[in-house]
Amino acid sequence: MKTLHKLDVSELPEYAFGHRSIMWWGTMGIVLIEGTMFVALLGTYYYLRSQSTGWPPESPPPDLWFGTINTVILLASCVPNHLYKKAAEREDLRGVRIWLVVAVLFALAFVAIRVFEFRTLNCRWSDNAYASTIWTLLGFHTAHLVTDLLDTLVLTVLMFTGPLKGRRFVDVAENGMYWYFVVWAWLPIYATIYLVSRGGGV
Amino acid sequence: MKLSPEVKAALHEPATDTEAALLERTWARPRGLAGWLASTDHKEIGRRFVVTAFAFFLLGGVLAALMRLQLSRPELGLLDPDLYNQVFSMHGATMMFLFAVPVMEAMGVYLVPLMIGTRNLAFPRLAAFGYYIYLFGGVMIYVAFAFDTGIETGWFSNVPLAGPEFSPGKRTDFYAQLITFTALSAMVEAVNLIVTILKLRAPGMTLNRMPLFVWAMLVTSFMIVFAMPTVATGSAMLMLDRLVSTQFFNPAEGGDALLWQHLFWFFGHPEVYIIFLPATGMVSAMLVPFTRRAIVGYTPVVLALIATAFAGFGLWVHHMFAAGLPKLGQSFFTAASMLIAIPSGTQIFCWLATLWMGRLRFTTPLLFVLGFLFTFVMGGLTGVMLAAVPFNLQVHDTYFVVAHFHYVLIGGAIFPLFGAFYYWFPKTYGRMLSERLGRWNFALMFAGFQLTFFPMHILGLHGMPRRVYTYPAETGWGGLSLLASIGAGVLGLSVLLFLINVLLALRRPRENPANPWHADGLEWSTTSPPPACNYADLPVVRGRYALWTKGEPTVVTGLRRDRMFVLVTHVLDAQPDHKREMPAPSLWPLLAALATTALFIATIFTPWGVVWGLIPVFVTLVGWFWPKQDES
Repeated sequence: MKTLHKLDVSELPEYAFGHRSIMWWGTMGIVLIEGTMFVALLGTYYYLRSQSTGWPPESPPPDLWFGTINTVILLASCVPNHLYKKAAEREDLRGVRIWLVVAVLFALAFVAIRVFEFRTLNCRWSDNAYASTIWTLLGFHTAHLVTDLLDTLVLTVLMFTGPLKGRRFVDVAENGMYWYFVVWAWLPIYATIYLVSRGGGV
Repeated sequence: MKLSPEVKAALHEPATDTEAALLERTWARPRGLAGWLASTDHKEIGRRFVVTAFAFFLLGGVLAALMRLQLSRPELGLLDPDLYNQVFSMHGATMMFLFAVPVMEAMGVYLVPLMIGTRNLAFPRLAAFGYYIYLFGGVMIYVAFAFDTGIETGWFSNVPLAGPEFSPGKRTDFYAQLITFTALSAMVEAVNLIVTILKLRAPGMTLNRMPLFVWAMLVTSFMIVFAMPTVATGSAMLMLDRLVSTQFFNPAEGGDALLWQHLFWFFGHPEVYIIFLPATGMVSAMLVPFTRRAIVGYTPVVLALIATAFAGFGLWVHHMFAAGLPKLGQSFFTAASMLIAIPSGTQIFCWLATLWMGRLRFTTPLLFVLGFLFTFVMGGLTGVMLAAVPFNLQVHDTYFVVAHFHYVLIGGAIFPLFGAFYYWFPKTYGRMLSERLGRWNFALMFAGFQLTFFPMHILGLHGMPRRVYTYPAETGWGGLSLLASIGAGVLGLSVLLFLINVLLALRRPRENPANPWHADGLEWSTTSPPPACNYADLPVVRGRYALWTKGEPTVVTGLRRDRMFVLVTHVLDAQPDHKREMPAPSLWPLLAALATTALFIATIFTPWGVVWGLIPVFVTLVGWFWPKQDES
C-alpha cells in the first residue's frame, strides 16, 4: 500500500439539488445564453423604435385580449410548477406526477391561445421592420415555450414509466427552474409587444 | 448493484494496480468505429477538436497564400474579382469562426479537466455534440465554397452588401448558417467549461489556487455566453430578411443597416478577447516552468482577465467610427478602447517581471512567448492609435487595419498557441517535439510574420485599401506588396516545419515522460498520455503550483471504480460535496448533431426546414436523455 494521505468521500451522497448540482449550473448557462438572445431582440425593437417617426409605423397595435389572458395563464402556471419542483425536492413521486400533468395542461392552454395572439398582431412579418421584430419576438418566445413543453412531456412520461432513480428528481426540479425563465422572460416581451406599441413613437 | 465487502474495503484505499486497471476498463470507450464515434472522453474530443481546427487553419492559410500571390505584383490576373471576394471572405471566416475560437476552446476541452484534477467534463455528451456541430458547419461551408457558393461579403458581412438586393443567390445564407453552427458549438462548449471549472475542481483547489490557464478559460467562456447570442440573433435576422422578406435591415421599410453592425460588433469585439484571453492563460502557464518561479502578480493577472472581459464589451463601436455616429458616442468608445490597454498592460508587466526575476530556460515554448510579447505589444500600440477617431477615419479600410489585427491576432494568439503545442505535445502524445526544428519553426515564423505584416502598416498609410483584388502599378505599392508576399512564403514554410516536426515525433517510439519540463501543473502528475480516467486516484490540491507544493501528497478515496464517478465540489472553496455518475459514451450526440445539421442546411433553402427538421432533432434529443434501464 502506498503511503498517501487519504480524503475519504465514500459517505457523500450521489446527487444534490439546487446550486449544488451541476444540472443547475448547466440550466443557468442556457438561461444566460437565451436571456441574452431575448435582450438582443428587445434591443432591436427599441433601437428601431428610436430610429422611427411613427410607432407602430402603419398598422394599429396588437389586440390586447389574447396576450393578456396568456400572461395570466403563464403567471398562474407558476403554481403547479412550484408544486412539482417542491415535490421533486422531497422525492415525492406521486406529487411530481400530479403536478407535472397539471403543468403540462397549463402549457398546452398557453400554446393554444398563442395561435390567436399571432392572429391578432394586426400586421404581417414582412410589412415593415416593426412587424418583423414583434413576430420574431413572439416566435422566439413560442419556440422556448414549445421546447419546455416537450421537455416536460418527456419527463412526465419518464415519471410514469421509469426507469427512475433519485437523480431524475434533480432533472425535474431543474425543468421547473427553466419554466420560471420562460415565464419571467415573457413579462418584458408582453410589455413591449402589447403596451409599448400603444405608447406611440419616441 | 451491491458491492462485495472486499471491494468495499478497497474503496477506502488508494488504487492498487488491479484496481487502477478496473478503473481504466470502466472509463475506456467501446472499441471499433462505433466506439470511436461515440467517444465522450474529453481528451479524445479535445484532440480531434484541435486537429480539426488546425486543418481549417491550413485551409485558411492556403487562401491567404492565394491572396498574397495575387497581390505580389500590380495587375495580376490569377484570381478574378468574384473569386477574390470569396477567397478573402473565406479566409477571414475560416480563421475567426473555424480556427481561432474553436482551437482555444479545444485546448480548454483537452486541458481543463486534467488541470483541475477530475476525470471528464461536466457534460461529456454535450462536448461531443459541440465538436460534431463545429465539424459539420466547417465542412458545409467548404463544400459550398467548392460549388462556387462560398462567402463573398467578408467575415462581418455588413448589410446592405449582404442583404437580398446586393448579394443574391445562396452565398450569404451559407455565411449566416456558418455563424449559427459555430455559435452553437462555442456556446455549448463554453457552458460545459464553466460548469466543469466551477463544480469539478479537485478538493483544495480554491478559486485562489486555480491555474491561470483555467482562469482564462473561465473568463473566456463567460464572454462567449454573452457575446455569441447576439451574433446568432443577428445572423438569424439576416437569414429571415433574405428568406422570408422580414425588413430588419431594410431602411425603406423602417429597418436599419447599422443595426446589423451593432449586433455583429457587440459580438465581434469581444471575439478578439475570446481568442486572446486563452492565449494569455497559456503564456502564464508556460512562463512558470521556464522561468522556474511563481508568476509575479497572480492576483493582478486574474483581475486583469476579468477587467478585460468587462471592458471588451464596451468598445464595439470603435469598429463603426466611419459609420456616422454621434460625436459623444464616439468619444465614449475612444475612451473605452484606450482603457482596455490598462488590463492588457497589467498582464504584460506581470510577465515581464516574471521573466526578469526568473532563471530562464530558453526552450521553444519560451521563444514563442517572447515572440508573442514583442509582436502583441506592437499590435497593441497600433490599437491605441486606431482608438483615436481622427486617425481611425484616416486609415479606415486600409492595410494599416489589416496589419494591426494580424499583429494582435497572430501575435496575441498564434505565437502562444504554437508555444502551447510544443509545451503540451508530450503530455498528449507521450513524445517530445524536436527542439532543434522547434527553434527553426519559431525563427522562421517570427521573421516571416514581421516581413509579411510590417510593410502593411506603410501600405495602409500610403492609402492602399483592403479587400481590393489588384492595384495599378502607378500607385507604387508593388515593392512593399511583394515583400509581404515573400514574408507569407516564409510564414508558410514555418508552419510546414511544424508539421514535419509533428510527423517525425509521431513516428518515434513513445518515451512517455510524465513531466519532461519539470513543470508545476497538476496535469504533469499523471502519465503521458493520460489514462482514460485521467488519474488513478483523484488528487487533493494544497497550493497554486500543485506539484511544487511541499508536504505529503493526499488523494481522494471512496469513489467506486466499477462505475464512472466523479467528485463534485463547492464553487468557491472546492470542498467535496457529492459524487456524480457520468453518462456512458453514446452515439446520440452524433445523431443529434446530424439532425441539427440537416435542419440548419435545409433552412437555407426553405423556411419549412425548421418545421420538418425539428422532428429528427427532437427524436435524437429524447434518445440522448432517456435513461438506461439499469438505473432502476
